[in-house]
Amino acid sequence: MSVLRRFLRTPEAIAGAIILAALFAMALSASLLFPGDPQAIAGPALLPPFQDWSLPLGTDRLGRDVLAELFHGSRTSLAVGLAAATAALVIGAIVGTLAGFAGGLVDEVLMRITDAFQTVPGFLLALAFVSVVGPSLGVVVMAIALGAWTGPARVARAEVLSIRERDYVAGARVIGMHPLEIAFREVLPNALPPVLALSSVIVAAAILTEAALSFLGLGDPNRVTWGGMIAEGRTVLRTAPFLSIIPGVALVLTVLGVYLAGEGVVETTAVRRSLS
Amino acid sequence: MSSPLLTVSCLAKRYHRGGKTIAAVEDVSFVIEPGETLALAGPSGSGKSTIARLVLRLIEPDAGRIQFEGDDFFALSGSALRARRARLQMVFQDPLAAFNPRATVARVLDDALRIHGIASRTERPRRIAALLERVGLNADLAPRAIHEISGGQRQRVAIGRAIATNPSLIVLDEAVSALDVSVRGDILNLLLDLQAKERIAYLFISHDLGVVRAIAHRVVILDAGRIAESGDARAVIGAPQSAIGKALVTATPKLHRTTAS
Repeated sequence: MSVLRRFLRTPEAIAGAIILAALFAMALSASLLFPGDPQAIAGPALLPPFQDWSLPLGTDRLGRDVLAELFHGSRTSLAVGLAAATAALVIGAIVGTLAGFAGGLVDEVLMRITDAFQTVPGFLLALAFVSVVGPSLGVVVMAIALGAWTGPARVARAEVLSIRERDYVAGARVIGMHPLEIAFREVLPNALPPVLALSSVIVAAAILTEAALSFLGLGDPNRVTWGGMIAEGRTVLRTAPFLSIIPGVALVLTVLGVYLAGEGVVETTAVRRSLS
Repeated sequence: MSSPLLTVSCLAKRYHRGGKTIAAVEDVSFVIEPGETLALAGPSGSGKSTIARLVLRLIEPDAGRIQFEGDDFFALSGSALRARRARLQMVFQDPLAAFNPRATVARVLDDALRIHGIASRTERPRRIAALLERVGLNADLAPRAIHEISGGQRQRVAIGRAIATNPSLIVLDEAVSALDVSVRGDILNLLLDLQAKERIAYLFISHDLGVVRAIAHRVVILDAGRIAESGDARAVIGAPQSAIGKALVTATPKLHRTTAS
């Protein structure tokens, strides 16, 4: 409770929390407020916003309800953002812990692989991966995680290298604990806080990467995505700019919300650390 | 006389720094009999802690042999080594640093019992309570986090973890140095008590000759990684022969007074 109160002390954190809460509410209520296929034709084509109150944000080139698409699109953005970030953090934490704890040849091999991934731009990697394997939600998540796990891996390794020398790791060896158990039960949980501090950046980047992939037509074709909506609106950008602006603004607000909330969490944990 | 519990012969550990070789431990030999306390004393940097870590195989030696319970301790590896670790335990100087900051008292003791298969899952809570009582703590302490209890209680938990696996030898690396004076006496008494009941041998590492005199049967005084002198604890401390031994005795004011009076 007091942690929550401390979190809500900074204005950034409040703004971020409100945006994120709104986003989650959108994603959860999408099928309640807009049952049926959001990609179905709902009215006349290219209806501007605020004209017809049954279609408040208007319709696109094919007469689809923009508001319904926006709500359903928030699901994809959130799902991909969270899933990709989780996958990246898990892979990164495991690789970093193994490299840092084992040392020697294992460390060398794992870190050279990390280097190799890091030298390729993450978006290019995702683009190549999706083009080869084919667009579906799972593949997009994997593709984004593939370019995002190197940061967490490096941070985890650096943290593990310092924790490894602590007395309690020696103590765990003295009682005969298996090295893998020491690495994952004694060391990894204590190395996590700085790794988790990266998560907001990774979630935000993942949401943007997903939007960019969809914009290029490499998103899951069966799902509405904000990136796909922007791409769809691009062809009528002069006559109906709202079709690109609305999902664009939604994207900006989402990424901003994730950053601000992440910043708030880091701030909260920093205060907690300095107190203890 | 039966064979010694621990035989350390010609142990050496060298570190390489910028082309120079520094001998942390050089040609150190000693034995520990079952149920005996051997103290390693010496100033900072004399190699005491390095010897402790070598004996526990937390670091590997450059030369020398260690025989523990009749076996070549350096020949063990992997699961055989982990299993044998039950018989050779350690208590660290700083009881806060010696435990996972997230651990609870129960988890610390549970790990030791679980890893060596000493008690079944259902039986372990009772064993943990019994262990806490053996080291003079209340069993109610079990669910508490390590960082919530006092330094003295923590060191008792550390001793509880060390005796959980029925060891024949416990290495105590400055185990009472970080405690305040009143608690120090209690912990020393607990150690003496455990030794009397269960014939556990101690390798007691300290720079404080007052404490060494109170607990050790024999003492080895180290200087710059080599043995300066060794012998019966009271005899050596009462009449040190080596320069470093004399310096250590004069550096212990309390002891100075008791030997003078």
